[in-house]
Amino acid sequence: MVLASFKRGLTRTRNRISHALRKLGGDTSTQVTLETLEELLYTADVGPLAESLLIEAESKLQSGDIGSPSDIPAWLQNSLREILPDSNPSPIRFAEIGPTVLLVVGVNGSGKTTSVAKLVRWLQEQGRRPLIAAADTFRAAAVEQLCIWSERLGVECVRGSDTSDPAAVAHDACARLLSSDADVLVIDTAGRLHTQKNLMSELEKIARIIKRQIPDAPHETLLVMDATTGQNAIQQARRFGESTPLSGVILSKLDGTAKGGAVLGISRELGVPVKFIGLGEQVDDFEVFNSEEFLEALLEPQSVE
Amino acid sequence: MLENLTQSFGRVLDRFRGPGKLSPEEIQAALRDVRRALLEADVHFKVAKEFTNRVAEKLEGEAKLGRGIQGSQQAIHTFHQELSRLMHSKEASLPANPGHPMVLLLAGLQGAGKTTTAAKLALWLRKRKNSKVLLAACDLQRPAAVDQLVTLGKQLDLPVYSETPGPGVTPEGVAQRALEQAKTQRYDAVILDSAGRLHIDDELMGEIQAVSKAASPDATYLVLDSMTGQDAVESAQRFNDTLELYGLILTKMDGDARGGAALSVREISGKPISFLGTGEKPGDLEEFDSDRLAGRILDMGDIVGLVEGAQDALQEEQETKDYSKMMEGKLTMADLLDQFRMLKKMGSMKKVLGMMPGMGKMSGLLDSMDDRQFSRIEAIVLSMTPKERLHPELLDGSRRKRIARGCGQEVSAVNQLLRSFQDMQKQMKSMGKMMKSGRSKKRLLQQFGRPGSMPNFPGAPKGR
Repeated sequence: MVLASFKRGLTRTRNRISHALRKLGGDTSTQVTLETLEELLYTADVGPLAESLLIEAESKLQSGDIGSPSDIPAWLQNSLREILPDSNPSPIRFAEIGPTVLLVVGVNGSGKTTSVAKLVRWLQEQGRRPLIAAADTFRAAAVEQLCIWSERLGVECVRGSDTSDPAAVAHDACARLLSSDADVLVIDTAGRLHTQKNLMSELEKIARIIKRQIPDAPHETLLVMDATTGQNAIQQARRFGESTPLSGVILSKLDGTAKGGAVLGISRELGVPVKFIGLGEQVDDFEVFNSEEFLEALLEPQSVE
Repeated sequence: MLENLTQSFGRVLDRFRGPGKLSPEEIQAALRDVRRALLEADVHFKVAKEFTNRVAEKLEGEAKLGRGIQGSQQAIHTFHQELSRLMHSKEASLPANPGHPMVLLLAGLQGAGKTTTAAKLALWLRKRKNSKVLLAACDLQRPAAVDQLVTLGKQLDLPVYSETPGPGVTPEGVAQRALEQAKTQRYDAVILDSAGRLHIDDELMGEIQAVSKAASPDATYLVLDSMTGQDAVESAQRFNDTLELYGLILTKMDGDARGGAALSVREISGKPISFLGTGEKPGDLEEFDSDRLAGRILDMGDIVGLVEGAQDALQEEQETKDYSKMMEGKLTMADLLDQFRMLKKMGSMKKVLGMMPGMGKMSGLLDSMDDRQFSRIEAIVLSMTPKERLHPELLDGSRRKRIARGCGQEVSAVNQLLRSFQDMQKQMKSMGKMMKSGRSKKRLLQQFGRPGSMPNFPGAPKGR
């Protein structure tokens, strides 16, 4: 059950938020209402966006557009839905002619390699024939980690030596993609902090090298974002997008207690949508992002604490 | 490092820097800004609230005592006090009376940086404490995690105890056998790397509890990603419930995250921040010092941190000499050259400059700055004769021209370097005096907290 496993991941989130919301039912004083709302939004890592929502809520309560504090969850959900775009039927834009290339990027430890494995499984389920490129030649044993996954998934993995240039691995992988019967290439890259200019230009180089063989590639550049990330998330997305324009976010590790509210900021500030969510260590713990479900799970009142 | 939080506070504190007293409205507005800065820095909601409440109370208390609220001094002092308090660690980074071998366990969420930190910590112990350290690969979950530690061990020449993951091989078993090996081979310390786990995963939390029971570590550190948001507090509390943490190790501090989550964990759990991971290199691990960090956040710079890094890069004795000479204002071009070369050894210029007073406000400048600019300065100094380097006052027009030709740059670049050099000399002198006379940090703060208090280097864009 898609919905069930997603909700399981967010149960604890809901517990806390609904607790905060329930408090609202008992107290109608505007001040208390707004403070509760503030806590709810900030603890969900929604960040500065919370402030503008609060100001809006305050004026709407005063003007009567929001009748009572108990109407707030619905109002909030609507406002948030405007910020997070509805999910598309297909999160991946496949090439119309020829093979598709997906580039996966992110900071260290965000869950890129695991997300690549999950994405490959998802592609297999879509009837695609994926190929993996292990272009994380920096972290010790990263290539081994991905190759173990590729064996488990029964997918070919293009790898260089541990010290080779990641762009060279990407180049070899594109060549392999064009000569084999695979139709989609997923490139795993080394984790890099968005503040490291040389590593960000390395990413640009990878994208450039890919284009030489497949001009309209990469068809998607996906940023893997740890759901526990706080307000730095927006900065991450911005900087990564400056070196290789992002087409979407994979929100990983949503099975913890973190709410991943930072994606709202990414979506509003940068217009980059969330495409997938990761919910655990298993290769199947991966789902297409659904904005409505996400927000519903985030705000849905729960009867049991 | 934490430069964004530094910047936010810099902006807020600018309100206080004006002369005269502050009105209650001004204080309210400033406190709102502070609270927002804290929240945007990922400080936990409740911690931010309490922090501003405390500062407000203190400032109001002062006002009631009839002293009025002074502008800069008072407010900055209060903020500094409260920030230090927020970050204060009473405990040492390492346990006081460890067994032999000392056993350290690293725990944390997936991707926090445990394996990298394990290697860094081992290197740190070897370098600073002269310890013989054994790493134990107890992460049997993530594919190739054992390989990662073994590879790191090989790269850094650190011994690693590992077993091939398979049926019957448990993390606590690996820990136990690593410990036995450490005892028979007389290691001073064992660092246990563990699998990343979610604090709500009962099964895996049980597993690490078993490791902890088997190894009874002298200290268990929670490895925490500095980019973590509000959830940091929740997960840290759960880990603490299960494992009785000794302290925190914050990773990825070389990013631009504001690190507020860590402060919150420290505040709510009462567990100190012990170490900071500050870069990609294996040597990039620092002991945490709250006063220094609070100073850095308040833009006082981190002179002590600067000097410590230098000590690593150079012979300790020589360094102490240079430093005191600098403080007396007897800085020569030859020293400057030495300093630049030393800085190069210490790591990227950006990182080093970030530790210097007033530099937090100039992080825009730091971003645009690269080490090539320093190579240019180096080239200028290298084109001087040894005598000129010791006596820059000799440099008249024709000598400057010659130097410019020698290093392939404009005369204006040489002039600019000399001007900056003079400024620097002056500043070093006054700083040295202040340090000697033991005057308060507050004075230093006033002196260096102002924008433009550092000389501009040639070729670098001006700070704001």
